[in-house]
Amino acid sequence: MRTIRLMFRQARLELRAFWRNPAAAFFTVVFPLLFMVVANVALGPSSGGQQQAAEFYTPAIIAFALVTACYTNLAMGVVVARDAGILKRLRGTPLPTWIYLWGRIATSVIVAGVMVAIVAGYGALAYGVYLPGEHLLALAVTLVVGAASFSALGLAISGLVPNAAAAPAVVNATILPLLLISNVLVRIDDGALADIAGIFPVRHLADALSRAYDPAAPAQGFALDSLAIVGAWGVAGLVIALVTFSWQPRR
Amino acid sequence: MPTPDPSTPDQRLTGKAIEVHGLRMAYGKLEVLRGVDLEVEAGMVFCLVGPNGAGKTTTIEVLEGYRQRTAGDVSVLGADPSRGGRGLRDRIGILLQDGGVEPYLTVREVVDATRGYYRRPLPAAELLDIVGLSDQAKVRVRRLSAGQRRRLELALALAGDPELVFLDEPTTGFDPHARLAAWDAIRRLTARGTTVVLTTNVMDEAQALADRVAIIVAGRIVAHGTPLDVVGARGPGSAIRFRLPEGGPALPPELTRMIASSRDDVLELRTVEPAALVNTLSAWALQNGLPLHDLVVAPRSLEDAYLELTAAAAASAPGDEVATA
Repeated sequence: MRTIRLMFRQARLELRAFWRNPAAAFFTVVFPLLFMVVANVALGPSSGGQQQAAEFYTPAIIAFALVTACYTNLAMGVVVARDAGILKRLRGTPLPTWIYLWGRIATSVIVAGVMVAIVAGYGALAYGVYLPGEHLLALAVTLVVGAASFSALGLAISGLVPNAAAAPAVVNATILPLLLISNVLVRIDDGALADIAGIFPVRHLADALSRAYDPAAPAQGFALDSLAIVGAWGVAGLVIALVTFSWQPRR
Repeated sequence: MPTPDPSTPDQRLTGKAIEVHGLRMAYGKLEVLRGVDLEVEAGMVFCLVGPNGAGKTTTIEVLEGYRQRTAGDVSVLGADPSRGGRGLRDRIGILLQDGGVEPYLTVREVVDATRGYYRRPLPAAELLDIVGLSDQAKVRVRRLSAGQRRRLELALALAGDPELVFLDEPTTGFDPHARLAAWDAIRRLTARGTTVVLTTNVMDEAQALADRVAIIVAGRIVAHGTPLDVVGARGPGSAIRFRLPEGGPALPPELTRMIASSRDDVLELRTVEPAALVNTLSAWALQNGLPLHDLVVAPRSLEDAYLELTAAAAASAPGDEVATA
């Protein structure tokens, strides 16, 4: 009972700190939404019609928002807290490690959830994009696997970043190229870049989301092969995170 | 913390909150601690002083469980801090030298969150009162001044009503008022029976607060005991200072022999028999109609002893690297 109360409080605390941090809130929430509007309005006419563009971009921006909230935001937040000595102070209290990490991950997942609802709602209302009612289970499972995996990867990269000054460079260098070649910001279905993207989890998250969003997709919208690859990356991330995570600033 | 039972004072006095024997710490070939022995009795204020880089923070962080020692026996509240885990951390409080607080939360939110981590927390209002931040409860941490933030960290260290609290340079960056307020807060802790271990390089602070002092230089304890013991270890003595205007009558030879220093028209005499010296001095002054402005009779200070001891220790160990802790 005490543990559950502690989990609830820690998640609420981290969520509160997140919304009050203007930089984190902007890059995690406003930026993907801005990109969604611009992509739909500016790129729509040139990529075969507004409706078709929105059908591509709605699941793609959901993937983008999830990766930003779980990977980028989590990694940056943990590195900044570590550098500021916040983690070191918490380490000296009886707060269990896993409850601290739970609070961080829960915040990322809740933010990602809000983003998904906004993006899906916008696509449906503004462009009549299909809302995956029959594929709701596939969508939910994909979101959960994606959020868990990218959170684990965010923790893993935070352990490899030397300090807060290096965090934006390292985190963005690892994720922006993948977002560019993984059918998220731009559509690249074939060729060498698509093959490279196929190794990494972003492309598979985008594929799984667009499968759930395709009303004609078989298997209730599940893309099990893609989910397996995303999950495998998540497990690898968790292992790296457990090895490299540190409480103290690295100087 | 059980209330101290006045009928069994001996039991509390003999209890050891901390025992350290032969503590060594090396980073590769660099030896930061070279065999530290310490004992801290329950309910006392223990003060570890030393120059920057002497090993104060390293010692404290071994006791807090942040660092794995290279060798030696360490017991904190009966537990090994490197394996003490949650149970031990529930009973101790830690004010780090380089700790941080979530900048976007308010003082009250951080205090309440931290209280939630402990089994028997102190009330939030009491914590804020102890450190004098009651009026800042709704202020976000990033808006606090440096001194206020340090006081908040002190409140967080006390949130779990610890039996033992570690304060690593608690008053760094404080103005004189804030420093006095912090000293007052620390004295209030000891009144509750809390054991306090603090590091400082401000000797006034050690002199004002400490029941026991240990001086660490280059990873070794070079003196320990009560502040008076430490001062006395370098020979007993009192300092007598007064103003002697130029052109006045000359001091008699039995007083001139005692002059330790003179700056402008202020003379400082040292003696092991202050009563006799004061008697001779005042007889001579009255005879010559001198008021002896600014006359002071003072014990040699901890700062005097500290400066002598650290200089002696540095001189006796040439070539020793003083590592940054």
